[in-house]
Amino acid sequence: MSTTTLVEPSRRSAAQRAVSTILTSRESAIALVLVVVVLAATSQRSSFLFSSDSWRDLLLAPSILLLLAVGQAVVIITRSVDLSVGSTLALTAYLTGRLFVDNPGIPVVVVFLIGIAAGALLGLVNGLLVALGKVPALVITLGTMYIYRGIVLEWAGSDRINASDMPSGFLALGTKTILTIPVLTIIAVVVLVAVGYYLRTARGGRELYAIGSDPDAAHLYGLNVRKRVIGAFVLCGALAGLAGVVYAARYGTISSSAGTGIELQAVGAAVIGGVAIFGGSGTVWGAAIGAWLLITINRALPILGVQDFWQRAVVGALIIAAIVLDRVLAIRRSRKLIEARDDS
Amino acid sequence: MKFSNKKATALAALAVSAALVLSACGGGSDSDGGGSGGGGGDLSVTFLPKNLGNPYFDTSDKGGKAAVEEFGGKFSEVGPQEATPDGQVPFINTAAQQGIGALVVSANDPKAIGDALNEARDAGTKVVTFDSDTDPEYRDLFINQASAEGIAKVQVKMIAEQIGDAGDIAILSAAANATNQNEWIDLMKKEIAASHPNIKVVDTVYGDDDDQASFDKTSALLQKYPNLKGIVSPTTVGIAAAARYVSDSDFKGKVKVTGLGTPNQMREYVENGTVDAFALWNPEDLGYLAAFAAKALVDGDITGKEGDTFTAGKLGDYTVGADSTVLLGDPFEFTKDNIGDFDF
Repeated sequence: MSTTTLVEPSRRSAAQRAVSTILTSRESAIALVLVVVVLAATSQRSSFLFSSDSWRDLLLAPSILLLLAVGQAVVIITRSVDLSVGSTLALTAYLTGRLFVDNPGIPVVVVFLIGIAAGALLGLVNGLLVALGKVPALVITLGTMYIYRGIVLEWAGSDRINASDMPSGFLALGTKTILTIPVLTIIAVVVLVAVGYYLRTARGGRELYAIGSDPDAAHLYGLNVRKRVIGAFVLCGALAGLAGVVYAARYGTISSSAGTGIELQAVGAAVIGGVAIFGGSGTVWGAAIGAWLLITINRALPILGVQDFWQRAVVGALIIAAIVLDRVLAIRRSRKLIEARDDS
Repeated sequence: MKFSNKKATALAALAVSAALVLSACGGGSDSDGGGSGGGGGDLSVTFLPKNLGNPYFDTSDKGGKAAVEEFGGKFSEVGPQEATPDGQVPFINTAAQQGIGALVVSANDPKAIGDALNEARDAGTKVVTFDSDTDPEYRDLFINQASAEGIAKVQVKMIAEQIGDAGDIAILSAAANATNQNEWIDLMKKEIAASHPNIKVVDTVYGDDDDQASFDKTSALLQKYPNLKGIVSPTTVGIAAAARYVSDSDFKGKVKVTGLGTPNQMREYVENGTVDAFALWNPEDLGYLAAFAAKALVDGDITGKEGDTFTAGKLGDYTVGADSTVLLGDPFEFTKDNIGDFDF
């Protein structure tokens, strides 16, 4: 019995294929939009790129959303969604502030670790409920979003953590740079590379895609769907926890409403970056560039003279455009596959 | 067995709730005994803040205590742990039964405590509200912390002083539909047009009273208007976020930040030189004035009628305005020199 393939293996060289992948990939399309936005804003106001403050902001401002988008992308790839990340961020950000207030002199590294662990714990709750309860993640995490936010509201009340409550060494992290690259951006990029590498090469990472493509098939094939889904939520929660600590360092003021609505931005970033909302495809690179684009557009639109009120509409249009593009590409791809089958 | 178990549980629940109710009645009150039965001239004054352990009210009650000691009355402070609408009712009832001379209240709800207050007034207790009013029919006098005109005026004065009465400024507000802020901004613009022709308000942006949004809007403002000399933020969240952004950017010292803020939030930025001055009313003076107003009512010097006048110790003479309201005066300016005296 000879094996037949629907699509012949490419006869082009590896280099050619790499170039064409880069040129046609979703990630590079989004990256191109990002470059256009930056260039447009820079042409209006050269300081957008060339003053030291705005160069720093260009790299620094997306770092929190980038962390959340990476975690969100991993969860969405398994055909789930995590709406509780904004509340998780608020909880860990407030926890960070409280740790500094109640334990003067606590090492910054310990605070980072506690923040990540707390986030992972909240993610574990989500994962257990989703995987064991067999209830759609949308419903579960909508619930935990309110529960976690309720806990912060109860805990913090009208109290807020102020910049003067936290050590200056920690707050300096918010703006510190190494070779003009902000430290927080370096943290976010290291996380991005690690998660991206895992998803692309590790067995566990590939299984996440398999589960997202077809959960039942993945289960029949013998994959431990439950374990992988819980793992995805724990990772997402841990990254939200890290984002919470970063938030505290960056903004210096934490109230119980920190990060309200940021979960939808994280979902938006992932979708714009080409992570299919029904799972199984997309990369964290795309989600990261999507996050970067969302934040940069928000910073660029005022310079381009777009009114405050229209800025959200532009973001919405971008999300819809991304989904339409996805749909068009998917239809074209399936038509090509059908043609290839009919021709053979 | 099952039945008696249930019964035992019910009994236990009853006992627990009874204990809770009892402790709620006794809890939180540190009154040092009531006055000597109603009647004019009884100078026992009880302060009832929205909740105990709130630094803002700790400050106002400190002012009240100083005033009461000054005129030789008897001061006490009671209050609920939580700022709930009806949490103050038991304390009002207790005060009425003790027949104290006057009750000074910051209302958690304009109506919920109304009946209790009227009962107290029927028993001969004078009721003064401060900070947060009830409906006028439930109290004898309201001490208003600031008028919209005063707030607008002091902010224009501060920014004019800080930028040398000439140049571009921008306003960073709360939500676009925030009634208070919009009223203040309108009045500020009128004041600038009338008496500061060289100051130009180039833009008004909205940070939605969200740390992150306010922070990012500040960054956008500074990008968009390279000649900006100052930012005025008539909201406590906005001013802290703007100050935080400016304090670790190249704009520190070049762009002035001012507006309405609280000392604890702004301490860091006043001490590091980002902010020269900001304003808010002085809660200590507010409590001081409320105590003297209570004394004037008890002594029968005033009845709460428009045009009544009384003297409030070191603060001078006050006149009762429309709706039995007394205005504390112009907002208080906090600077490097006096910020150390405040903790709220």
